[in-house]
Amino acid sequence: MSQGDHPPMSDSVVVEGLSKRFGAYQAVDDVSFRTQAGECFGLLGPNGAGKSTTIKMLATLLRPDAGRALVAGFDVVAEPQRVRSAIGYVPQMLSVNSALTGYENLVICARLQGLRPRARKVRIDEVITMLGLEDAAHRLVRTYSGGMVRRLEIGQAILHRPKVLFLDEPTVGLDPVARQSVWEHIERLRRDYGMTVFLTTHYMEEAESLCSRIAIMSRGRVAALGTLAELRDRVGNPEATLNEIFVHFAGQFQHEGGLRDVSRTRRIARRLG
Amino acid sequence: MSHAHAGSHAASVETQPDVYTNPVWRYLVHAATIVDLELRKLRRDPSELIMRAVQPALWLLVFGQAFGRLRAVPTGGVPYLAFLTPGILAQSVTFISIFYGIAIIWERDMGILQKYLATPMRRSALVLGKQLGASTRAISQAVVILVLSWLVGVRLHVGWNVIAVLILVILGAAFFAGMSMVLAALLKTRERMMGIGQVITMPLFFSSNALYPISIMPAWLKVVATINPMTYLVDGLRGLLLGTGTHAVWADALILAFAGTLMLALASYLFPRRLAG
Repeated sequence: MSQGDHPPMSDSVVVEGLSKRFGAYQAVDDVSFRTQAGECFGLLGPNGAGKSTTIKMLATLLRPDAGRALVAGFDVVAEPQRVRSAIGYVPQMLSVNSALTGYENLVICARLQGLRPRARKVRIDEVITMLGLEDAAHRLVRTYSGGMVRRLEIGQAILHRPKVLFLDEPTVGLDPVARQSVWEHIERLRRDYGMTVFLTTHYMEEAESLCSRIAIMSRGRVAALGTLAELRDRVGNPEATLNEIFVHFAGQFQHEGGLRDVSRTRRIARRLG
Repeated sequence: MSHAHAGSHAASVETQPDVYTNPVWRYLVHAATIVDLELRKLRRDPSELIMRAVQPALWLLVFGQAFGRLRAVPTGGVPYLAFLTPGILAQSVTFISIFYGIAIIWERDMGILQKYLATPMRRSALVLGKQLGASTRAISQAVVILVLSWLVGVRLHVGWNVIAVLILVILGAAFFAGMSMVLAALLKTRERMMGIGQVITMPLFFSSNALYPISIMPAWLKVVATINPMTYLVDGLRGLLLGTGTHAVWADALILAFAGTLMLALASYLFPRRLAG
């Protein structure tokens, strides 16, 4: 889908030479890119490519070893509180309290985002309608389907109308129907609120259907960056699939993630299903 | 949906009419939100509290009844069961708080912790909220034990001083929950937390004045008991409920409050560095 309805105004995320090392393992290695306000930007790559680490540094959860990152104009290291006020973050894992109702989950998040009671109620009702959770709002989350949980999580992250919404593997573990519905909601958010959507994925179709620009990550580095058309151009094949593009720039689509990634993905899928 | 265009979005951010602007108030709202969350979870599933009441009941009904017949412990002129009750109350507060860090690690594995840490909430507001959340659990334990002790015939000084008892319980639980969160940040896995919990709970209990007064301890144990915060919780409770404390109750409360604040600071420092990723 195009970014046509919102002309790029400014760079919402600026990353320069970002690096992060865990012990001897270089998870993110000198990564640079920019995203334009209002676009959907995707980090595509196999498990272990450094996508989650990158998104966690941008969400102020991990401190970069080197390099610099600005989110909504604020430095993630020097002004983390301002960054946090301007972003929504949906982690890869299922981060809802299943012992609470959907509404309660939203209330907790709205308070943590600092919303006053009146605004809280308005925004929560708005989010519930927008994500189609009207009938389920007062049910315990443990009765939700996987797609509903994901929608609720996205709802929690947008109550304060963030400028940048970070989604770490938003549809991992979902069945195709639920995935399609989550995609539609993400695209609507971007279009209606002019939010920058920044997501990581290892699903080619996801990047293809949602993202206006894609950075291909492999082994902690950005192997290629551009719109799908630009990447196809550089491959020299206007018909190239994203998979072929990936192989062209990153060698092969190898799964670099270890046992931990696989077991985590399975765990999420089990809890969703 | 043109009303929700980028323009209105920018305006709401600039004027910020919808968010708390007073940082102190916002901090308190955040901490209270975490307490509220704990209470909601507890209300939905109070089974933990019921199970946790079994062990202190056994201590009072079995150990206290049998051991009291020996009349071997100098209790300062009160029946042993009465002497024991504040000790069991303190033990119960300690044990319910000391495993609290496991819940933090679970929330981290679930991604809940990361989501909270990506909001504008101060780290210390999260830790304080969790500490006071543990305090609310401890209060429910305290009520159960006070009722239980009355049923088995222990006559404590109970009146308005119950408010002071609850304050001590809140401070004690906040300290041990804070300590548990510091351990959680250092150990990072539930298995290790279970292990360390098992390792430290009994030594904390036996090296305190919960079962016997410090005066009968060997010299080395007296030293341990003096640096064991549980001792001050027991002492304060004994002072309030029996009138036989060694220190002034306010001094016990002050020591617990200081130790709890220290844990708050340590956990707030360690959390984002060790558990946010």
